[in-house]
Amino acid sequence: MISFSEIQSILTDDSRERLESLARQSKQLTEQYFGRTISLYAPIYLSNYCSSHCTYCGFHIKNKINRVRLKPEQMHTEMKHVAATGIENILLLTGESYKATPTSYLIEAADIAKQYFTAVSMEVHPMETDEYKELFTNGVDGITIYQETYDRTRYKEVHLYGKKANYDFRYDAAERVCKSGMRQLSIGILLGLGPLAEDLHSLYQHLRFLEKNYPGVEYSVSFPRLRKIKGRDFAICDVDDKQFIKIICLTRILFPREGINLSTREDAKLRDNILELGITKISAGSNTSVGGYEMFPPEDQDPQFDISDKRPVDEIVQMLKKRRFDPVFTDWRPINNNRGQSPIFSHLSQKGLE
Amino acid sequence: MRVIINGQDKEFNGPKNLRALIEEVCPDSSKVIAEVNGGIVKRDAWDAHSIREDDRVELVSFVGGG
Amino acid sequence: MTQTTQIDTQEDIFELGGKRFTNRFLLGTGKFKSKQDMADSIKASGAQIVTVALRRIDLERHEENIIEYIPEDITFLTNTSGARDAKEAVRLARLAREAGHGSWVKIEVINDSKYLLPDNAETVKATEILAADGFTVLPYISPDLYIARELVKAGAAAVMPLGSLIGSNQGLKAKEFIRVFVDEIDIPIVVDAGIGAPSHAAEAMEMGVDAVLANTAVATAKNPAQLARAFALAVKAGREGYLSGLPAKKDIASASSPLTGFLYEE
Repeated sequence: MISFSEIQSILTDDSRERLESLARQSKQLTEQYFGRTISLYAPIYLSNYCSSHCTYCGFHIKNKINRVRLKPEQMHTEMKHVAATGIENILLLTGESYKATPTSYLIEAADIAKQYFTAVSMEVHPMETDEYKELFTNGVDGITIYQETYDRTRYKEVHLYGKKANYDFRYDAAERVCKSGMRQLSIGILLGLGPLAEDLHSLYQHLRFLEKNYPGVEYSVSFPRLRKIKGRDFAICDVDDKQFIKIICLTRILFPREGINLSTREDAKLRDNILELGITKISAGSNTSVGGYEMFPPEDQDPQFDISDKRPVDEIVQMLKKRRFDPVFTDWRPINNNRGQSPIFSHLSQKGLE
Repeated sequence: MRVIINGQDKEFNGPKNLRALIEEVCPDSSKVIAEVNGGIVKRDAWDAHSIREDDRVELVSFVGGG
Repeated sequence: MTQTTQIDTQEDIFELGGKRFTNRFLLGTGKFKSKQDMADSIKASGAQIVTVALRRIDLERHEENIIEYIPEDITFLTNTSGARDAKEAVRLARLAREAGHGSWVKIEVINDSKYLLPDNAETVKATEILAADGFTVLPYISPDLYIARELVKAGAAAVMPLGSLIGSNQGLKAKEFIRVFVDEIDIPIVVDAGIGAPSHAAEAMEMGVDAVLANTAVATAKNPAQLARAFALAVKAGREGYLSGLPAKKDIASASSPLTGFLYEE
C-alpha cells in the first residue's frame, strides 16, 4: 500500500517526465485489464429534497430551489427519454431525505427503471444493510456513495447538520453495501473539498479494506472535482488538470482491476484526452436536474452541479469510435426479460448502434 | 486368543490388558501410541483396558516425515 | 576519530500458533539416510520447528525412535501424511496428540500418488474439525485463494502453499499465486514443497512470506547439515531483504507520442 509521503511526493512533483511516465503505466494497465472498452451511463435525478446541509452542494437544505420529487408517471417520462438515447446503464440519484425518498420510493423507482434499463445503480442516502439488501433484491445492481472528504475536521466543517453530518455512518455504509450482496460499489472523494494527499491516502486504504474483505464486489472509484455553485467556491485547494491526471493514473496503478468513473463535470477536451489514461466508465448526455430531461425547460432547472461536457450520447459514441475505443452500453442482459415492449429495442435496430 | 496388531494376525495367551500386550511385542513402549478398534487408548488407561478376541490394535509412533 | 555506527537491528520474531520463534526455517525429517544426519541438520540450521510423521511400529525390527534424535525444546509438527481424506487426517492428528509432544499438526491429505498434490477440499474439512478440537493447524495446500480464505475462517494457524510439486526441487513455480496470498491473507504463510535450493527459500522470503519449510533437498544432499545451514541463512537473508524494503523496479521508458502533451498546448 502506498504511503502518505509517497502520495505527497507524486502530487508535488511538477516534472513533465514523471507525469508522462505515470500516464504510460496507467494506460498500459488499463488496456491490459479492460481493453479499450468504455462503459456508458447517464444519471437521472429523482428528487432534490434534502435534509442535510452540505455547504458545497446545490441541493442542500438551505438553498432556495424548487423542490421536486418525481412521481411514477414522471419517472416514466424521464426514463423513456434517456433510454431513447441508447443508454442502458442508469444511475438514479436523490438528495438525502429519508422522509421524501424512503426505501419504498426507491424500490418503486427501481421497478420502473428495470423496464427501461438493464442495469440500475443508485446514489442516495446511506442506509442500513437490510435496506441495501431490499434494494438489491428489487433489482438495484450497484450503489454509489462518496465520503466526499475523509478528513474528520473538514468533514464537520462542510456537513453542518442532517444525517450526513454523521461521518461514521457514512463511512460504514460502504461496508454495509458489500454485506448486503450488492454487486457493485462506487466510492470517491470530492477533489478540492478536503486536504488532497490525506484524502487520497484514506480513500486508498478504504478501498483496500473493502476489496480485501469483500472480494466478490465490483469496485469503482470516482473523483468529482469541486466546481462553483452560484458563484461560490468551496475548494480549499486547487486540483488542476495535471493533478487530476496524476490522481487518475496513480489510482489505476494501485488498483489495476477497478473501474474509474468520469462524469460530465469535466469539459470535453479533458474528457477526450483523459480517456487514454485509466478511465473505464463515463456519463453521456447528462442532466443533473430533477425532471431536467423532459419535464422542465432549461430556465426552470436547478442542477446539482454544472455540466461542462454537454455532448449528446450520439456524439460521445462517435468520438469514442474515432479514438478507437469500444463503447459499451451494458455488461449483461437479464435472461428473464420481464420488460414489456420496450421502446429501446426498436430504437436500436433503427439507429443501428453497431 | 487372536489379536490383529498393525494388520497382522497374532496369537496371544489370554487374558491380557493392553499394557501387557504392547510390552510383549515392543520393548520400548514409551514412544508408542495405541488405538484399539478405532479408538485411542491413553497410556494411563492401558492397564485397565482388556484385550479381547479379534480386537484390532494399531500401534504407531513418530518417524521421519516431510 | 569517528565512531562507527551500530546498526540497530530489532530481533525479528516469528509468531506462529501462539508461540514465538526466532528462526523462520522449518525442517522436515523425512528421507534422511540416517537419524544422525537428521539430528545434525536440525542443529546446523537452528530450526525450531520440525515435521514428523506417524507410522505403525515395526513389530519385527526394533529400531531406535526418531524422538531420541530431536532436542527437547523443538516444536513437533506432525504431518498427517498417509491420510487420503479428512477423516484419516483427523484420526492421525488425534493419535499424534497422544504422544505428548504438543498438538501441532500439518494437514497433508493426498489422494494422488503421481504428483502428490494435496486435496484442498478435504484439507479444509480436516482443518475445521481439528481447529475446533484445539489443535494448532497448519494446512498444506495448492495455492488457491478461496481455499485459503476458508482456512482462515476455519481457524488455521497458518497456510502452507506449495512452492512446486513435492520432491521436485523446482522452486517457486507457484510464485505469483503465493504472491496473491501475501497480499490477501493475513495469517502466517509458510511455503512448503518444492524448495530445492537456498535461493528458492530466499526468493520466497523476499516476497513477504513468513517462513519456509524444506525437506527433500536437505535430506538427499551430499552434506545435509551444511545445506540445512545454508537454507537457514538464505531464509534470514531473504527476510532481511524484505524488511529493508527492496527498491521498486524501474518503469520501462518508451518513445511514443506523449499522452499528457495536451496539457501544455496553448
